[in-house]
Parts: sequence; C-alpha cells; structure tokens
Amino acid sequence: MKEFGRYMIFLGSLVVRRETFITYYRLVVDECMQIGVKSISLFVLVSTFMGAVTTVQTAFNLVTPLVPRYVISQVVREMTVLELAPTIMAIIFAGKIGSSMAGGLGTMRITEQIDALEVMGINSSSYLVLPKIVASMLMYPLLVIVAGVCSIIGGYLVGTLTGILTPTEYIMGIRSIFNDYTITFALIKSVVFAFLIGSISCFKGYYTQGGALEVGIASTEAVTSSVIAVLLADYFLANLLL
Amino acid sequence: MIKIKNISKSFNDKSVLRNISGEFDKGKTNLIIGSSGTGKSVLLKCIVGLLHPDTGYAFYDLRNFTDADKDVKSEIRREIGMLFQGGALFDSKNVQENVMFPLDILTKMPYDEKLDRVNFCLKRVGLENVNKKMASEISGGMKKRVGIARAIVNNPNYLFCDEPNSGLDPQTSILIDELISEITHEFNITTIIVTHDMNSVLGIGEKIMFLHKGDKLWEGSNEDITHSGVKELDDFVFINKVMKSLKGTKLV
Repeated sequence: MKEFGRYMIFLGSLVVRRETFITYYRLVVDECMQIGVKSISLFVLVSTFMGAVTTVQTAFNLVTPLVPRYVISQVVREMTVLELAPTIMAIIFAGKIGSSMAGGLGTMRITEQIDALEVMGINSSSYLVLPKIVASMLMYPLLVIVAGVCSIIGGYLVGTLTGILTPTEYIMGIRSIFNDYTITFALIKSVVFAFLIGSISCFKGYYTQGGALEVGIASTEAVTSSVIAVLLADYFLANLLL
Repeated sequence: MIKIKNISKSFNDKSVLRNISGEFDKGKTNLIIGSSGTGKSVLLKCIVGLLHPDTGYAFYDLRNFTDADKDVKSEIRREIGMLFQGGALFDSKNVQENVMFPLDILTKMPYDEKLDRVNFCLKRVGLENVNKKMASEISGGMKKRVGIARAIVNNPNYLFCDEPNSGLDPQTSILIDELISEITHEFNITTIIVTHDMNSVLGIGEKIMFLHKGDKLWEGSNEDITHSGVKELDDFVFINKVMKSLKGTKLV
C-alpha cells in the first residue's frame, strides 16, 4: 500500500510545475520516435508470426468437417483483435519499452542527471516522465493496429500458402459476423495498458537508488509490475466493457 | 550571500548533520571540508534543496529557501548553477546541447544569442571545438569543464560544486580549482565547494567550514587552517608525512 501511495503521489507530481507546451511537444515527438517508430519492426515480426501460428493451431484443433474452414480466420480475427494484439503485445511493449524507460531513468538518477534538472528549477518528473507516458498512450494504440493487421496478414499467408484454407475462405471468415465494438474495446485497452506500462516503468526507474545493479533490478521490476498490472487491467476491462 | 541556520538531518534515525549554522560570502570561494561520510554532500544537498533538512533553514540573500513554496523555490533555483561530482551531463545530448540546456528551458533567448553565450562559456572554461562531441566521448576533466560551463551559462548568483576534483589528476584538479575561483571573482558569485582535497583547501579556500561526524567544528580561512587548535582538523590536514613536516608553519 505504501508503494501504491508513492505511485499516486508520483503521478500527481507529473502535472504540477510544468514547462511550456512547446517543450513538451518536442519531447513527446522525440519519445514517439523512440517508443513508436523504433518498435514497429519488432511488432510486425511478432504479430505476423502470432497470426500465422494461430491459424495453424486453430486448423489443427478443428477436426470436424461440420465446421466450415472460414471459421479458422474468424477465430484468428477475434483472438487477434480481442487479446493477441492489445494484450500479448503489451507484454512485448513492457519488455522493450518499459525496461528501457526504467533503465534510462535509473541511470539518470544514479548519475545525478535528475538532480541536475531539479537544481535548475525544473520539475524533473514532469519533464522526463510525462512525455514518455503521453507518447506511449499515443503510439501504443497505433502499434496495436499495426500488430492486428500484420497478425491477420500472417494468418492469411500461412493459411493460404500451406493449403489450410483458400484465400476466399480466409477473407470470408475475416468479414463474417464482425462486431466493430471489439476494435473499440481493443483500442481502449491499448490506451490503458500504455498508461500502466509507461507510468509504472517510469516510477520504478525514477526512484532507483544505488548503482548499476539497482538499475538492472529496477528494469526487471518495471517489466514484472507492468505485466501484472496489464493482466489485472485486462481482466477488469473485459468484465467492465464486454 | 547564503546563510544556513541550525540545519540537522537524519536518515533512518542515524543523525548525519547536527545544528549546522554558518555564512557563505558573496564573491568568495567557500569550502565545506571534512573526511568522507561526515555529511558534507548532505549539507550541500540540504542547501540546494535536493534534501529537506529535519530542522533549520537556508537563506539565499535573506530569502528563506527551505520553507519557500514550490514557485519561489523554482525562482531561486533558476539563479543556481551546480557542478556535480560526475559532471551529470545529459548522455543523450552533445556538449553544446548540454551547455545550452538551461538557456533552452529557462530563457526565451533567440538561438544565435544562446549559441554565442554557450561558445563564450565553453571558451571561458578552456574548451573550444568540442561542441558536437557527445558527453560519453570526452574525458573526465573535460566533463567537469563542460559541467562548469553549464553551471555558469545562465549567469547564476550562486554556484555549488560537489567534489569538483574527484577522479582527476592533481594537475587537472588545480586547473579546475583555479577556474572555479576565477569565475567566482569574475562574476561575483557566492560559491560553495564541497571537497576533501587539501590542494583545494590551501589553494582556493577563502572561507572554510570543517565538518566532523555531522558537527561543525571549525570555520576560518586557508591562512588559519594550519594553526586552528582543533585536533580533528589537525588530524585531517596533517594526514601525510609531508604535511606533518610543515605543521606549525604558515602555508598560505
């Protein structure tokens, strides 16, 4: 509870004694490059394979001829949109971006760079952390959209090239009984997950004390805590919104 | 001038500083000295507000800094320059960006004016043609110089240096000391230096505060330090054979 209280105070500190809008704008654009653009290749790779594997495994489990083949792509679509793209990618995001945020801030802390900002009269938490969280919340939903598209393309490529189902069947499955609310739900989840990963990772990094060993520990804790928070949030959001 | 009054600080019931009071004069190099673990850096951090003292106050030209609200603190902090032990340069920025950073954040100067000021400060600390080098590409001594340039770029009224000589060879240490001393006199700044380097003490210590195990035991100048009559200070000053042989003589 003490840690949770510190986390809430930390969040409060992000919105007091802010710098100018243009300062944040530049920082957010920089962070978007780091968080979003530099993560695209990893997201494309992972999600394409995820879609491909989902197609193969669904086909493997659908042994009865009574179920039409296009159900395979329907399952791929639902799994991708509801869970694989927003949630599994959040775990990848926590591993890549969360650990990087915690490690970066932790290093800044132990090398007194954060103290240097404070001495200059700058609210270091707001200056360093707020742009990271905002950039995460802007870029992660976009990455989820990219991941969703790539996952479905991956499923299509593997499904059609290995003869599991025809291109027509795959596209039919993708388009049949489509509820567009699932997309809204996935995007809401992605914004919440991005906030949790960004804020928890920065919190862990910002309060690092000690040396290089502690920076490593902070990075690990950032990933662990973020993943737990994402999974809990996933459950509550599913209960709340579905 | 900076005045401190009854500053005490404890960590987990371990008392690190006890009722430290004193004055640091404008236009002078004021030194806080003592062995490792005596609370020098903690005192400096209490003065600049990186730590909040359990009791006591720091006054910047009669303005109570310790109890000021965040906006006033922020205003006073914009008059402060600080050189950190490791330089604390921003890894992601090059030398020019590091020195320009306070101007970017705290002023609305046009870019050309900022660049002129940065080049002036870099030249003042003896660095030229290193603007585009990253912080990780320069030596320890250069980092300290860049740190000093960054600390003075915004024309501070107060300059704080936390062990400016740590990790430097004796020759570079003396150059850094002289640079800080020159800048202090040139810009009439209130400078406080935390150090345990005797070369600094004897070379630039115009006003010295000696701390021992969290207490202030002595205050004076480098001219008086060799005949202070304080045993702990004598133990600190005359630690090696060379210094012992000079005991009783006037060193400055």
